[in-house]
Amino acid sequence: MRQFLLFLLVILCGFTFIGRLFYLQIYKGSSNNLYEDNAIRKVWDYPKRGFVYDRNGNLLVGNQPSYDVMVIPREVGEFDVDEFCELLKISRETYDKKLERATRYSPRLASPFVPQLSKEDYAVLQEKMRKFEGFYIQKRPLRKYQTTIGANVLGDIGEVNNRDIKRDLYYQMGDLKGKQGIEASYEKTLRGVKGIKFIQKDRFNRDIGPYKNGKFDTIPEQGKDIKITIDANLQAYGELLMENKRGGVIAIEPSSGEILAMVAAPTYDPNILVGRERSKNFTKLYNDTIAKPLFNRSLQGVYEPGSPFKLMNALIGLQEGVITPDEKVTCYAGYKYANRFMKCHCYRGRRNNMTTGIQESCNAYFATTYRRILDKNGNASEGIDTWSKHAQSFGLGNFLNNDLFVGQKGRIPDRAYYKRIYPKSFYSTYTISNAIGQGEVQTTPIQLANMACAIANRGYYYTPHIIKDIEGEPLPEKFTKPKYTTIERQYFDPVIEGMHAVYKNGTAKFLNVKDIEICGKTGTVENFAKIDSLKTQLTDHSIFLAFAPKENPKIAIAVFVENGYWGSRFAGKVASLMIEKHIKGDITRKDLEEWLLKHSLEDEYAKPYSGEPFNINGKTQLQIVEEPEYYKLKRKLNQLNATTN
Amino acid sequence: MARETNRYFKFDWITIILFLLLVGFGYLNILSASHSGLDINYFDTSEPFGKQLIFIFLTFGLIIFILALDAKFYERFSSIIYIASMLSLVGLFLFGKNVNGATSWYAIGGMTLQPSEFAKAATALAVAKYISDLNTDINHLKDQLRTFIIIIIPALLVLLQNDTGSTVVYGAFFFVLYREGLPKIYLTIGVLVVLLSILALKFGAITTTITATLALLLFRFWGKIKLSILQNIFLIIMSTALSFGVQFFYKSVLKPHQQDRISLWLRLEKDPQKLEEMKRTFAYNLNESEKAISSGGFSGKGFMEGTRTTGKFVPEQHTDYIFSTVGEEWGFLGSALVVILFVLLLIRILHLAELQKSQFSRVYGYSVAAIIFMHFMINIGMVMGLIPTIGIPLPMFSYGGSGLWAFTILLFIFIKLDSNRINEW
Repeated sequence: MRQFLLFLLVILCGFTFIGRLFYLQIYKGSSNNLYEDNAIRKVWDYPKRGFVYDRNGNLLVGNQPSYDVMVIPREVGEFDVDEFCELLKISRETYDKKLERATRYSPRLASPFVPQLSKEDYAVLQEKMRKFEGFYIQKRPLRKYQTTIGANVLGDIGEVNNRDIKRDLYYQMGDLKGKQGIEASYEKTLRGVKGIKFIQKDRFNRDIGPYKNGKFDTIPEQGKDIKITIDANLQAYGELLMENKRGGVIAIEPSSGEILAMVAAPTYDPNILVGRERSKNFTKLYNDTIAKPLFNRSLQGVYEPGSPFKLMNALIGLQEGVITPDEKVTCYAGYKYANRFMKCHCYRGRRNNMTTGIQESCNAYFATTYRRILDKNGNASEGIDTWSKHAQSFGLGNFLNNDLFVGQKGRIPDRAYYKRIYPKSFYSTYTISNAIGQGEVQTTPIQLANMACAIANRGYYYTPHIIKDIEGEPLPEKFTKPKYTTIERQYFDPVIEGMHAVYKNGTAKFLNVKDIEICGKTGTVENFAKIDSLKTQLTDHSIFLAFAPKENPKIAIAVFVENGYWGSRFAGKVASLMIEKHIKGDITRKDLEEWLLKHSLEDEYAKPYSGEPFNINGKTQLQIVEEPEYYKLKRKLNQLNATTN
Repeated sequence: MARETNRYFKFDWITIILFLLLVGFGYLNILSASHSGLDINYFDTSEPFGKQLIFIFLTFGLIIFILALDAKFYERFSSIIYIASMLSLVGLFLFGKNVNGATSWYAIGGMTLQPSEFAKAATALAVAKYISDLNTDINHLKDQLRTFIIIIIPALLVLLQNDTGSTVVYGAFFFVLYREGLPKIYLTIGVLVVLLSILALKFGAITTTITATLALLLFRFWGKIKLSILQNIFLIIMSTALSFGVQFFYKSVLKPHQQDRISLWLRLEKDPQKLEEMKRTFAYNLNESEKAISSGGFSGKGFMEGTRTTGKFVPEQHTDYIFSTVGEEWGFLGSALVVILFVLLLIRILHLAELQKSQFSRVYGYSVAAIIFMHFMINIGMVMGLIPTIGIPLPMFSYGGSGLWAFTILLFIFIKLDSNRINEW
């Protein structure tokens, strides 16, 4: 028995040790992940974010360095916290709170502790950083906008959230990512790929050299510079004209589908979404649920298109052979159908052919055309599907599948859609509002501008896009290959004649610009809002669609001005001026410019929220802007002209 | 048997191979723990790994020398070796060199020697010699006392030199004496004292006294051996005295850093802030070595790939904490292998000791096993946080010439004795 005591103890000791090893290394053991090894300092090297230039090569967005204090909670060591707080200019409570939040996110991954230090703070802190174990400074590029325009186009970058990190393993807490506009849609192009350096630490948190001589280090891949199709001057001009109004303007070059200007009003200065103030300002913009400055009206604003949609009905009518350009339709100052009546601005008994029909925007003419399309084969159900198919070939009623971050489908109804409303019988008169672009038809400004392109090109369009060049890479085929509509080329000419007549003698004759053959179409759209759960009519939207010049068009444009009353009152002026600006470079119609700067619709927008009864359309007084505001806008205009010339 | 026909095989090659494996693996880990940078000059004698290589080379000379001497030499000269060794320990008080608070080194030229390492072998020889004497009966109190004196002299001398770790190792001789017939009562007392001390520290003296009294009462009614009332009262008084004595010893005699080590080990400290502070200060080594071992996982990070080893996170990693390098770089597989190698070596020595025909060889063999076992248990137990921090090296593994040579001498004297058992008669 005696000789077994030590023998047993040896065996027992061996088993205990192996058990302990099992506990330490397998049960509690960590994976051999270099990223989670706290003996290795990971230094991320963020590449330059790609610059953004406009179509003429003007720099719109550049970079500025920013320094974030990052923390890895489980590595936080013993040091003088008060000194650290003083350097960071935060209180002890804030320190504790931030540290707790970071620990809750992850004790072993880095979280931003104090983002975006000022240069002075950074200089002071950098010297002493080694003392504060667990904390380090991360340099990363922040945006610097060279302009105050195009917030809706350019977008902004912000810190990634937990969802972004889960979805894409590339991102880590504190990384910046495109949130809106081209920053979001070209995120991967602009951001590049960050590099990493692994540095061996010693127990005093000192760097003692690259880990494995830098074998695992990666070099950052620089973000690519991009050139966008926007013309900064035209964009700035459009934004200026749309001051104190709400709505969207989209200008496209028909021969390429390049978006020349994309104005969403109201807008904001993109610079306010940079730096430490970002979240405060973003919240402010986000919470403005009345003006909705973050809502990109040129892409997301879904409106009934109104009269410009008559062009579509004319084209479908010609294609389907239910009307000829010369056939005349009598207007009875309106159109009588069933026992109802659709009013028209024409005098009673006027006989319109296609040109004058478009020129005068005759409701009776297009109601007749629309009904003939639907009733062509005596079956309105079949007719509306044909009609819908033609309209959709113009890119209406669906996403354009472009490179913009937001968008809306709009709506081009077909029989399937109406099945829900009219399950049994269906006649052309049921949907006669579609004839004049009201009723169930809905479009966004960009879709309408695209339709203008298709008309200007006489039958095809290029998917509207915003990217012009990524360091010489070829653009995707969807932007370079034309898409053909289902309307044959010959049928466009009569319609274009009509649009030309709109400027020559019709609803936009006061907007004519010397030496430019503009083709356009006005639109006035009734609209309603729910006020205290009552459907209340508001002042009509002012809509305009145009392209110019008539031959070899250079620009197609759609303008929506909310509650601007009639088409040529606001939208037409904006469209004419922007066309002139784009084609001629300077403005001869200074009177139109002056008028737009002087007039505001803010009162109009305030009405539904006032809680009091109000008048609309003809019974309203147009608001003139205050003098200081006017001079401010005037100064902006002069600056703009100065940079152009 | 091969051992009888071939003179080269008369040595126990299993033990020798286990020894060489441990030394070799130890060298690799010292290399990993002490190199800095990618260009390694293996013979750079200013670095620990370079020196260790020289120590290992010299070890082979030492082995040949030990095996070449006549086996009878060790038995005959054991007293002289012991006295010389004790003198070398005493000499430290006059000529010793102070390193890290312990005066345990002689500086000879550029080299340092630690006589306390060699004293263990000398004491083993002396104990073997004394017990194997025909006039000695370990059951007699007089002989027991003389044996204790042989052991206690070196233990006290190293304690006075502030080398607490080495003192504890002399406890190993208890196992030797027990094997040779030391009455069971010593084992009982030993176990009870350790148990009571731990209880007293963990739960307080009063609780321990009450528990001890209750246990004795139970034992009185149900136990086989009936103790008299006087004996019982004596035991109760003794355990009470021990409980309070241990408490007093802990609070008033031990230095604060020793107190902290024990309080961390017994989880006496409940204040999380204080615990955190302990982890950063004195328990730093332990904390870092546990983390390094943990970070190795199942298969380890690979030879020379340990980031904590390269970053020198564990202080003194190439000496007392060398096992943490094994843990980090070789993982569970490598660490378990080292534990198994040690267990095999110890079992082999114990087995051989039992085979010895002379009592001297047997007692000596037992001493070798017991000393290596103490080192193995305390060192690895400490590095993994199982027992309080006591600074002694891992045999054959840790960096250091004195340690390596001392264990070589210790082990190879036994191998020589073992080889001789066949032609002893």
